[in-house]
Amino acid sequence: MKPLRILLWLLFAAFFLFPLYAMADFATRDLHAGGRTISAWVNLFADDALFAAIVASLLLAVLTVAAMLALLVPTMIWVRLRAPWANRLVEFLCLLPLTIPALVVVVGLRNVYLWVTYLLGESALTLTFVYVVLVLPFAYRALDAALSAIDLQTLAEAARSLGAGWTATIVAVIVPNIRAGVMSAAFISIAVVLGEYTVASLSGFQTLPVQIVEIGKSDGPTSVAASLATLIFGFVLLFVLSLVTRRRRP
Amino acid sequence: MRRLRQALPLLPFVAVVSIFLLIPTGTVIVNAFVVDGRFSLDLIAALFTEAPLAALLRSVVLSASSALIGAALGAVLAWLILSSAPTSLLRRAVLSLASVLAQFGGVALAFAFLATIGLNGVLTLWLQQLLGIEVASGGWLYSVGGLVLVYTYFQIPLMVIVFLPALEGLRSQWREAAVSLGASTWQYWREVALPLLTPAFLGSLLLLFANAFAAYATAAALVSQGSPIVPLLIRSALTSEVVLGRAGLAYALALEMIVVVAVVMVAYNLLVRRTARWLR
Repeated sequence: MKPLRILLWLLFAAFFLFPLYAMADFATRDLHAGGRTISAWVNLFADDALFAAIVASLLLAVLTVAAMLALLVPTMIWVRLRAPWANRLVEFLCLLPLTIPALVVVVGLRNVYLWVTYLLGESALTLTFVYVVLVLPFAYRALDAALSAIDLQTLAEAARSLGAGWTATIVAVIVPNIRAGVMSAAFISIAVVLGEYTVASLSGFQTLPVQIVEIGKSDGPTSVAASLATLIFGFVLLFVLSLVTRRRRP
Repeated sequence: MRRLRQALPLLPFVAVVSIFLLIPTGTVIVNAFVVDGRFSLDLIAALFTEAPLAALLRSVVLSASSALIGAALGAVLAWLILSSAPTSLLRRAVLSLASVLAQFGGVALAFAFLATIGLNGVLTLWLQQLLGIEVASGGWLYSVGGLVLVYTYFQIPLMVIVFLPALEGLRSQWREAAVSLGASTWQYWREVALPLLTPAFLGSLLLLFANAFAAYATAAALVSQGSPIVPLLIRSALTSEVVLGRAGLAYALALEMIVVVAVVMVAYNLLVRRTARWLR
């Protein structure tokens, strides 16, 4: 049994790690002079369009996390404390984006977006609203697990009877107790936003993935370098998350 | 009145989901039946013409084959991962990588394969120099066969993520009970484990199918010309407005996608409920 297992591990490792190795090789190749160069990696900061796209994507990630937490945390706490009858509805709505592909949302988004750009102007940051919806399933699961693990009723009643208003109860009492859930919702949302291509490209906004594809038409190594960088960034994010959240209950 | 007061704090959440999810979906469904402001089945009928049907067929073939390969190999990988300790760094690293590739890869995965077996890919050059084999010629990577390979790169990790909980749910007591009653390892797998895992496996298979059918980013980054599959046909319908001589075809194609994914996901939920009976 042992040799078979080792052989299978090696085969899977080869299949999954070789393309990543190939990316690293490809992104350090000097197409003109031969040999090695790091010019593709320098481009990540030196290329104005690419750097602007990286900044836009990072800003979008921050805004999406902030909006998602502001929207979802109070709603989920309220449902558990005061409106249990709405529990199934909120869960259904949160998981719905798993069944309705982002591509379908984009097709139907034109009319809604006419209003959004009319009210807020034409900025890539308006994608925040759509992204909040796209990250709902991931965020809901993380927050739901964290909220189920604490005695929410008692905590809230204790805070309220000591004179705290709802804002203080949520921000100062409940959120510190579900920190792990909030963190994992935030990290996963960041990873989703940084990789999102469907909505951004079809709405014509220059986010990082859109720019990667754009540059790929003329400069392969830079695109591959940027792709590898996003994969590594996502991996580090989720790896750190797994170390932080699973330490408490092994 | 009390209910109204209870419902008020839910308003922002419901508003955002309605405006950015429900209304766009509704728009798609309604507009698929409207031509020039009047009810019409023309767009639906256009789905059954040559190009959309061919794209649908290729999409189904691509989704089904990448789901089958992904589910089979993913189940094996999940079984391998299960044999490592739950808190080991190896397992955490493998699961983090799986989750990145399965859910957030998109465009990056297209470039991973361009760097591997594209025209100047690393593997392409190796094979050329060592064996004289041309793998990149003829644009194989951009055909349905190439897409199946690229899709398995995110389907196997997705299978690991959705199937691992079911594998973990197999209790060691069941195995001990079977063995103490005289069963061999093979008999335990055939008579106990496999029947228990079958609903979870089929459910995961359906989830993988829906995932591949709706996937857009990887294929869009890889195939810049032509529209071999449904998501890419939607792209050309959106960007050029008039495809196959029909404005608004994007709505009908999107509706087709909603229907396929919804049917598959309903079946998935039924199977998950079956698994949930013993997974506690």
